[in-house]
Order: sequence, then structure tokens, then C-alpha cells
Amino acid sequence: MMDTTITADQIIKALQETLTMVGVSLLFGSLLGVPLGILLVVGRPGGVIESKLVYSILNPVINIVRSLPFIILLVAIIPFTRFVVQTSIGTTAAIVPLVIYIAPYIARLVENSLLEVNPGILEAAESMGATPFQVIWHFLLPEAFASLILTFTTATITLIGATAMAGTVGGGGIGDLAITYGYQRFDTFVMIVTVLILLVLVQGIQSIGNRMGRKARRE
Amino acid sequence: MIELVDVYKTYKRGESSIEALRGVSLRAEKGDIFGVIGYSGAGKSTLIRLVNYLEKPTKGQVIVEGQPLDQYSVHELRNVKKKIGMIFQHFNLLESKTVYDNIAIPLVLVKKSKSEIRQRVTELLDFVGLSDKAGSYPKELSGGQKQRVGIARALAGNPTILLCDEATSALDPQTTQSILALLKRISETYPITILMITHEMAVIQQICNKVAVMEDGIIIEQGNVLDVFGSPRHETTRNFVRTVIRNTVPSSVIQTLKAEGQRRLFKLEFIGQSASEPVINGLIRNYNVQVNILFANMTEIQATTLGNMIIQLQGEDRVIDQAARFLQDQGVYIEEVDSV
Repeated sequence: MMDTTITADQIIKALQETLTMVGVSLLFGSLLGVPLGILLVVGRPGGVIESKLVYSILNPVINIVRSLPFIILLVAIIPFTRFVVQTSIGTTAAIVPLVIYIAPYIARLVENSLLEVNPGILEAAESMGATPFQVIWHFLLPEAFASLILTFTTATITLIGATAMAGTVGGGGIGDLAITYGYQRFDTFVMIVTVLILLVLVQGIQSIGNRMGRKARRE
Repeated sequence: MIELVDVYKTYKRGESSIEALRGVSLRAEKGDIFGVIGYSGAGKSTLIRLVNYLEKPTKGQVIVEGQPLDQYSVHELRNVKKKIGMIFQHFNLLESKTVYDNIAIPLVLVKKSKSEIRQRVTELLDFVGLSDKAGSYPKELSGGQKQRVGIARALAGNPTILLCDEATSALDPQTTQSILALLKRISETYPITILMITHEMAVIQQICNKVAVMEDGIIIEQGNVLDVFGSPRHETTRNFVRTVIRNTVPSSVIQTLKAEGQRRLFKLEFIGQSASEPVINGLIRNYNVQVNILFANMTEIQATTLGNMIIQLQGEDRVIDQAARFLQDQGVYIEEVDSV
């Protein structure tokens, strides 16, 4: 029906690359982004450990990184990428900019989730003489848990979108397959298959996230 | 014991500043259920938050169990707070934790062992009557049950002070009754000082032994509930008292009076002893006056009867004056009024 030049192995390899990029950058992005998000909440004016210095530096820095489109960030930080992973091409090289891209995004989402926590809970925590760490660990995070699940769902889906541009630095992945074969070689079959894979991936992650969120909310 | 000494609290918002408290002093002893009543914006919320230093005073001293709070370091203050329980209008329970875990939180914060926590939480669940709800989540509870969890949580660390921030304002009248009964039981069971703020006079009437009435950041009247209720001096206090004690004459009686023309009217207040003595009978027998009772009402506060009466006296002016003096001598508070 439709002529194609790629094999099933290529699709599987691309899928693996996408999942690797998403998984690894989500992990490191979270390790960076979650603490930053918490800092944004507790450090803000009126926060648990109010710090004008931390907040006034962190807030604009996150905004600056967030204002760069991923494709620009990807190429702009190539020297940094080379410094960190000793290479500027391939899947590994794509992960560095992905982490730099997603960490501030996660930080903002975590910030929003934590700000949703009823301020009365924090007042209760303070009235019990909880330390700032205890406020975060025993009150803020458990209360925001359901919302945080949705935060990570959104971050994961955003990452899948960003990995499509990883081809620019030879990162591979489903998105790269779609561009190099589907678009540049007019391979309609590849285009349809890759779009379907991305669709199923995003839908799947979103519905798993929603279900987990509902469960955490005990609905 | 809680003592506030000439406390001021000013909030600065940019150029303007709001004086929430303007020189407030009060003293609540162990065993007291001290009620602070006022309309919203009177400064009650600020006042109660000073006691556990959720708010720091701009000026003046907050003294808890004999120790001024401003002498403590941040670290020491956390330990002081652990001996001050607080319950809230909207309960402020963790939605993500079970009833059991909510009550356990203060104990988890001080790193008690699992078995100690289990013992204390079981005890508290029993005390507040929620033993069967240990595994439930706050979402599954009624308002009254949530407040019981709040109370159990506040008591977990064996506090010497319990602060109640409009604890019954979000509850229906019947649930309010049961929560008030619980608070009273706490006061009788534990050596504790209870400070509560409210805008409901019925709350004060039912469980408080002392009361302070607040308006515009100052306490306009305070003392034993009976004294303040018995002879409210300030208009705002009178308004609050009127919500629980009717002392207005029905309009039909006023109509009749108007038709008959003006007579000499007196407002009488009987407190405790004088309420059970036949003073009106004495009045009629000893003086040549006609007594017309226009209005009478009795209320019980703190196991003491408080009577209110409006009477009309007819007779010679001189005799009426003597009669009024007689009532005063009998311990009745009497006030001549022009009209009712």
C-alpha cells in the first residue's frame, strides 16, 4: 500500500531512544527541579523560610531559562553539553539540554502545586512548632501529592515533545524519525506510524497520571 | 496561664498601616475558659495568634506560663508551641492523611516511638468519641467529627494551653453544642487554660467563665462572664448580650403604654441571690405603689440565674423613689428609663 524505507528495528530503536531521553532527563530534571520548586515556595515573601536573596535570584533565573525555546537552548549550550558529557552529539548529548530545559519547568509546576496547599495547613504546622523541614516533609509534600502527580505527567509529556527536536544534535528518537524519514523523504508511512506512536504514548501517560492523581485524592 | 500586657500590633502594607491591636491586656489562669468576643475586624484573630507567636506583637509582652515569649530563640519557641494546642474554624486537617495519622502528627514531629504514638492516639480517639473513625480520611467526616479530630490533634502533646479560633463558627447549632460540651470536658479533665475567640455570644454564655469584649483593636469590657452579662456597660457588649438574653419589651406592650401615657418605668436586673428572693413581693407589701410587670426574663449563666425585668410603678413620686431605693438595697440593679 505504502512504500517505506525503514524497518521495524529502526522504529523500536527510535522508541528506545525517546524513552531513554525522557526517562533520564525526567529523573535528573526532577532532582534539580523539585528542590528548586520547594525553594520558590518556602523562600517567597511570607514563606516558611522566607529568603529575599534566594527568591530574588532563583525567580528571574528560572524565567530566563524558561523563556528560551528548546531548539535554541539545545544549540546554545553545546559547549556546556560537551563539558558535561564529553560529546555534543547523540542521545546522551541531547539529555543535557533536556535536563536544563525541563528542570525550571518542573520547578514552576512544583511551585504551583505547593502553592495550592491550604494555607491553614501551614498555619496548623507552624502552631505545632514544626521545623521548616518538617513543614515541607510532613505537611506540604503529602498535601500536594495528588497535584504533584499531575505535575510530573505534564512534565513527561512536555519532554516527549522536546525530544522531537533532539535530532538536531543527533539524539535520535521517534520525533527524529518523523522528520528525517517522514518529512524530508516524503515517507508517509513513517509519518503516520510515528504520529500514532506519539499519540498512544502521550495519551497513555496522561491517563495513567490522571488515574494516579484521582487515586491519591481518594476519589 | 496566658497574660497579655499592653500589646500593640500594627500591620504595614506599603505606605499605609493598620492597627489591629491597640493596647490589649488580659490574663487567663489555669482552669479558665476565657472567651474573647467581637465582630469581625475587631482584632480577635490577631490576638489569639499572639499567644503562640504566629504573630509577633509590635509592642508589649505576651507571657505564657509565666515566661515572656520574646525571650525565646526560634528553636526554644518551637518547643513552647508544642505545649500550646490550637484548633481552627476550618479544622485545617491534612486531607492526605487518615484521622489516626492526623492526630499522630504532633507526636511524629517530636519523634515519639510508634508504640507511644499508638497508645496516645487510641486514648485520644476514645476521648473525643471517634474510635471507629481511625482509618477514615477527613473528607469522609462531618464538620463536627472533623473538629473532634482537630481537638484530639491539639491535645496530643499534652498542652497546658488550648487556643480555639472560632472553633464552632462553621458548625450547625447542634454540633456546636457537642463541641462545646467536649471543650468543657477538656477543661474539667486536664489542667489547662482555654482561650477562645468567637462572635457568638451563646458560646461564651455556655462554657466561658471569663470574657473580654473587643472592638477596634481594644478590649472595651472584660471580667467574669456573669458580671459582664449582668451589667453590660458598653453598647457593643449590650448588643452581644441581647443576642442571648431578651430584654426588650414586646411591641404590643409598648403600644398599650403609649395609649395610657407616660408612667415611671424601671429596668431591673437580678443576679444570683436576688433572683431567688421575693423582692417584688416585699416591694408591694412595704410601699404604697402599684407594680405593673411589663417584661420578665431569666437566663442561666455559669450555673447562676440572671433575671431581667421591666416594671412600671404607679404612686406618689416620693414613695416611688423610696421603693426604688428599697430594691437597690435588696441587691437589685435598678435603672429608671424614660421609655422602653
